[in-house]
Amino acid sequence: MTTLTVRRVSGPARLRRGALYAVLIIIALTIILPLIWIVITSFKTDSDVISNPYSILPNPFSADAYRTLASGQQPIFRWLANSFVAATFQTVIVLVTASMGAYALARLDFAGKKFIFGLIIGTLLVPPVIFLIPNYLIVQNLGWLDTLWAVSVPGAAGAFGIFFLRQFFVGLPTEIEEAARIDGAGDIRIFLQILLPLAKPALSTLAILTFLGNWNDFLWPIYVLLSPENLTLQPGLSQLQGAYSTHFSIVMAGAVLASVPVLILFSLVQKQIVESVASSGVKG
Amino acid sequence: MTSLAPLSATTVVPEPSATRRERVGRPAARKRTVTAYAFLAPFLILFATFVVWPAVFGIWISVTDWSPYKTEQTFIGLQNYIDLITPGSVFFSDFWQSLGATGIFTVASVPFLLVIPLGVALLLNQKIAGGTVFRAIFFAPFVLGAAVIGVIWKYMLDTQSGMINHLLGLVGLPTDIPWTVDVPWAWVSLVGVTVWWTLGFNAVILLAGLKGINTDLYEAAALDGAGTIRKFWNVTLPGLRPVMLFVSTTTILASANMFGQSYLLTKGGPANQTRTAIMYISDQGLSQDNMAAAAAMSYVLFAFLAIISVINFRLQRDKL
Repeated sequence: MTTLTVRRVSGPARLRRGALYAVLIIIALTIILPLIWIVITSFKTDSDVISNPYSILPNPFSADAYRTLASGQQPIFRWLANSFVAATFQTVIVLVTASMGAYALARLDFAGKKFIFGLIIGTLLVPPVIFLIPNYLIVQNLGWLDTLWAVSVPGAAGAFGIFFLRQFFVGLPTEIEEAARIDGAGDIRIFLQILLPLAKPALSTLAILTFLGNWNDFLWPIYVLLSPENLTLQPGLSQLQGAYSTHFSIVMAGAVLASVPVLILFSLVQKQIVESVASSGVKG
Repeated sequence: MTSLAPLSATTVVPEPSATRRERVGRPAARKRTVTAYAFLAPFLILFATFVVWPAVFGIWISVTDWSPYKTEQTFIGLQNYIDLITPGSVFFSDFWQSLGATGIFTVASVPFLLVIPLGVALLLNQKIAGGTVFRAIFFAPFVLGAAVIGVIWKYMLDTQSGMINHLLGLVGLPTDIPWTVDVPWAWVSLVGVTVWWTLGFNAVILLAGLKGINTDLYEAAALDGAGTIRKFWNVTLPGLRPVMLFVSTTTILASANMFGQSYLLTKGGPANQTRTAIMYISDQGLSQDNMAAAAAMSYVLFAFLAIISVINFRLQRDKL
């Protein structure tokens, strides 16, 4: 009798929990299965893809697609290296310039501060399309077309980084810094030895967001990078699709190679990425 | 801990000196203009070159007959803008068609990009095991670039050998849906792929918003006899309003700037029907060398986006 009563009370609740998990698992599968499917397809041979397009296991299991990519005319490993260099370089520029600038905006009083801060906030609201054509001409005049400079430097000039770090610096207590100043520490020392160490979480969040943003940028690189050997992964992958439009296994192998580095990075720092995105809306 | 070592070295062992006495006497907020600009210089050089100057330069390009083949550009006033609103001019029908495509995509995608992530956030806000794992999985596609998303879904949605049509066949539905080559299917694909790609982003922000709602409000509502649905309408939605304003604004702008999905999945087709404004502007400006017209178009698009943002802001603020 007792068990019956217990079951009656918890029955609907248990059913609701079951339904909740079922829905969550269905959404998770909707997201994961297409990703697994491209990995499976990338290990199929061309004829296998054509004759058994929906077979769940490759038959035979083959790394041909990856071999074609490694030896073919589409230098995908070069693109991988280019993407890595461009994203790293942009991240370094952003961290250095934005943290220095943010120190001035957050901690120093100076003539023209309101104007500069207003300008920075104002450009945050301007859609990127406005800069597309003039920046193309500027990059062309600098002789940067078809070089990695074009995909790393202009993008580092955005207002987001300095605004983000300025918000963080303003939130830090000033006492330690004032004490250091009384002890004779100069601005450089205060910036390097006090503020930067305290800002480590914000700096790493900014580094991750900058790196990912650059790695995944698509519109700008397809227009400013031209030669096959100078492409980054995103425009390269788009070319790969054009070159091998009917060879799905090769295109999917390219997609796998382009995804693995960011998915590894994401799995290592997913908590930080997700939480920085989460707080962007609540604070903003 | 190691990072704090130099810090404690400077604060724990104070060095009384002449400088110290001197500094204490000075007003705390003295202007330090030279130092400040020295710190700002690297950023300002980049910012001036690639943000401030191009914004001004773009306006100049849009009032000239700019062509990469001419050494000198002639000022032609607002002619490029007038052409854009003159029926029968070179760019008129294509430009407005592309704005229309952007409009269709924005109107069709934004409701799904708000409602589905809200649903997901509500699910994740329950007391569940593995919540952070689900959250990470839902967010994961967002870290993949447009090109990866494009090639994956081009394959999944292929009319002949795509998995989606095959799965539809397994449950007895038509297996020949032209997902990327005919409308309205192309719109369904573009919206669906965008939801798949970015739902985790909005869900994560909305989840943080849900967690920020005071639990006392739910208890008070429960005491008043409110059920789940009434709690949702009277507590959850009002509590989410500031976060919703942020999410809806960023989502509308992101949808209005859509480029990669159309470029990769539909190539703007069929018959340019899914060619968005960004796709048309970048093509005219950077592939067809019509830079002046494209610069003018980008400012027209900017004006539309600004108006839409203001309307959205007003609408949501007035509900308060």
